[in-house]
Amino acid sequence: MTYSYFPGCTLKTKGKDLDSYGRKAAEKLGVVLEELEDWQCCGAVYPLAEDEIATKLSSVRALAAAKAKEQPLITLCSACHHVIKRVNNDMKTKEDIALRVNNYLKLDEAYNGETDVLHYLEMLRDKVGFDNIKKMVVNPLKGRKIAAYYGCMLLRPSKEMQFDDSENPTIMEDFIRAIGAEPVIYAFRNECCGGYMTVNDKALASKMANKVIASAKQMGAEEMITACPLCLYNLKENGEDCLPIYYFTELLAEALGVK
Amino acid sequence: MQRIGVFVCWCGSNIAATVDVDAVVEAVKNEPGVCFAKNYQYMCSEAGQALIKDAIKEHNLTGIVVCSCSPRMHEATFRKTAEQAGLNPYMVEIANIREHCSWIHKDMKEATEKAVILARAAIAKVNLNAPLQAGESAVTKRALVIGGGIAGLQSAIDIADAGYPVDIVEKSPTIGGKMAQLDKTFPTLDCAACILTPKMVEAAQHPNITLYTYSEVEEVKGFVGNFNVKIKKKARFVDSTKCTGCAVCTAKCPSRKGGNEFNCNLDTRGAVYIPFAQAVPNVATIDTERCIHFKTGKCGICQKVCSAGAIDFEQKDEFIEEKYGAIVVATGFEILDVTKFDEFQYTKHPDVVTSLELERIMNAAGPTKGTLLRMSNKEHPHDIVFIQCVGSRGNTCRDKTYCSKICCMYTAKHAMLIREKYPDVNVHVFYIDVRTPGKNFDEFYRRAVEQYNVDYIKGMVGKVWEKENGRLAVQGVDLISNRRIMLETDMVVLAAAIQPSKGVRNIATMLTASIDTNDFLTEAHPKLRPVESPTAGVFLSGVCQGPKDIPETVSQAGAAAVKVVGLLAKDKLVTNPCTATPNELMCNGCSSCARVCPYGAIDYVEKEVNDHGKREVRRLATVNSALCQGCGACTVACPSGAMDLKGFSNRQIMAEVDAICR
Repeated sequence: MTYSYFPGCTLKTKGKDLDSYGRKAAEKLGVVLEELEDWQCCGAVYPLAEDEIATKLSSVRALAAAKAKEQPLITLCSACHHVIKRVNNDMKTKEDIALRVNNYLKLDEAYNGETDVLHYLEMLRDKVGFDNIKKMVVNPLKGRKIAAYYGCMLLRPSKEMQFDDSENPTIMEDFIRAIGAEPVIYAFRNECCGGYMTVNDKALASKMANKVIASAKQMGAEEMITACPLCLYNLKENGEDCLPIYYFTELLAEALGVK
Repeated sequence: MQRIGVFVCWCGSNIAATVDVDAVVEAVKNEPGVCFAKNYQYMCSEAGQALIKDAIKEHNLTGIVVCSCSPRMHEATFRKTAEQAGLNPYMVEIANIREHCSWIHKDMKEATEKAVILARAAIAKVNLNAPLQAGESAVTKRALVIGGGIAGLQSAIDIADAGYPVDIVEKSPTIGGKMAQLDKTFPTLDCAACILTPKMVEAAQHPNITLYTYSEVEEVKGFVGNFNVKIKKKARFVDSTKCTGCAVCTAKCPSRKGGNEFNCNLDTRGAVYIPFAQAVPNVATIDTERCIHFKTGKCGICQKVCSAGAIDFEQKDEFIEEKYGAIVVATGFEILDVTKFDEFQYTKHPDVVTSLELERIMNAAGPTKGTLLRMSNKEHPHDIVFIQCVGSRGNTCRDKTYCSKICCMYTAKHAMLIREKYPDVNVHVFYIDVRTPGKNFDEFYRRAVEQYNVDYIKGMVGKVWEKENGRLAVQGVDLISNRRIMLETDMVVLAAAIQPSKGVRNIATMLTASIDTNDFLTEAHPKLRPVESPTAGVFLSGVCQGPKDIPETVSQAGAAAVKVVGLLAKDKLVTNPCTATPNELMCNGCSSCARVCPYGAIDYVEKEVNDHGKREVRRLATVNSALCQGCGACTVACPSGAMDLKGFSNRQIMAEVDAICR
């Protein structure tokens, strides 16, 4: 299995662990991740202005590059995934946006949403299969009570993201089971952590992070995993008395014995 | 050569605002055969019809074209008009320049051009029309009602009271439907069972009513006045002629793990069961998926304890074939599956229940014997939060777009009943709008607010979660004070949307009755024919047509019954003369037409033909015109073009196409 891979800026700076463990685990699983050449920042925030195209251009460049290689595009950072997936959807379904973007980019071949965008977790679930991962685990994380923190970027809007049931997701819990640990289901696993408010209103960001942490602790979690660098930062830095929190790729690498 | 009159209707501004009616008249004046053309504001009005009649007489017309609305709306009207003026009604053609033209176009030039083309096609067809004579068919004076809830029961009783035999087919082991599960009914707060069970008994004992419970409609053939229906009576594995309903078997059955559907799975029942004490018929049924005997071949305790010897493990499904003149669909509804709304924790916490589950909790025959208890710990609750519009009036993929209509009233009822019986319990209701139109309905809701101090909060709930103390936290928004609110509660009740029963698609397909995007059955006209399906002889009763409460359901059920009685009272129905006829010289007896005929109207005979002087016996198709409904399937299936449809002959259709392409 060979895929185009879009790491994103944060994975080259603050979130290096998410990237490096992700690559190691993929290699072990027999998945080839080919990093796109000359990729640019995804835009970081999906623009909600209906007529905005400038901030979508870099995502389209990445999508078109994957299309040229005839590969699905794998993302790992929640925010990158959110932006690229939704921009791809716009290119597929919104004629005016696609037309203006194509007019501006003047690609060799017009891009109209042909690339499949897969989050790393979706790749694990749908391409590798959690059952196969279970078989390849050499170091099962037995007895560890892990709370999956989804955040908001991966799940919503569910119609576009098509990631999982946004109110009762199971993909990360299934992942936790696959690596031999015990998932802890808690109410706030799919609520916003407040990370985006951290510059504006740190107190509010703290309050929201604390709710997530308290909810996970209440249900008996001992550690947490996430796919989002911003969530990890916010929970860790702004949350009081945060549980140990890791990127999911780190635990995957650990279970596969490549950490 | 025909002498054709063309009548262009304005339909007020419906057509005239988009189509230049004067231009249409000018354009068609010189079409072959046309000797009169005129437009008028309302052609269907008395004055408009008089205009047509006068023109027929004055200009000696032999055919007319009315450019107006859909033939489904007024074809019958204009045929009658023509007949009154001495013209054969089948010499009338409708060019639909409203639904097919003015309503879907904005540009007047384009729309006018299209209207002219549609008119030309109709003129080309009338040029080839020939007078047709309608035949007659007999009416089977027996009605079928599909569904034994309050809608079906009321329709059946009303038809039976008028003197016609009625069969009710109900898929579950008892009649009664959803209403049997309800505790009290709004706005009078009388108990559902007290008003429903007498109706159930009345239906069961009525000399004109036959009940087929635990039965399903398997196949429907035929047409209005002459439906042939196959009913599958599923094996109960209990001989209903012997079973006395003593319920000893149901008490002794050792397989007790499965949920009890009647109590919304809040408790369990045996594999052999009677849904509830007042079930009609009061006969046990064995659920083979849960029965130990059917799974392992052992057990058989029910057989041992049954003093009547009614248990029969060898019983087989029975099939009944019966003829009906009319069919009433009363298939009812089910509650939307709320597992997709897990922000309310329905799948995670037993104290989050649907309103129907609460109905069972409040019911004396329910799992808690009518005591309001939390399902998690069987303790008395002190606070209850109701959330309205769960799955209704939404625009996401998990929501229904419509208002479920009954929830505002039953939530007010629940709130009031709880405050009446347990004044210590605080009740909060989150709502988007409170919709209580209906006789004594708004007064009822206001009583809940003003007299019983129910706390109504305008706004929705975003999240429910369990607190450390085991109670539930509810986070919502109060839109009137524009603030976020947090409540701690013991129970959350979800007013889940209602949707048509799952099986309705299958039934609609068998009946060729149309359904809408939400699977509600479509009425023949939303205002003027609300209890009839567009398929002749099929009538609609209750929620299968759209959300409605009990009073409305009963009214509609009665209305459907009147329509059925009106049909059954006729001895003969006028049949459609537009039936298929084979050209014997072209038919090669291949059976292609018989295979596609949905009405079984085509048969074969060995017949001598004279083919240009050559005499021989050939196998030829014949059409039973009493059965043929003129659908035209055979005309396109015939490889040699031997089959033709009167009134829609291949020549006529080709003439229309030529006129359009000219």
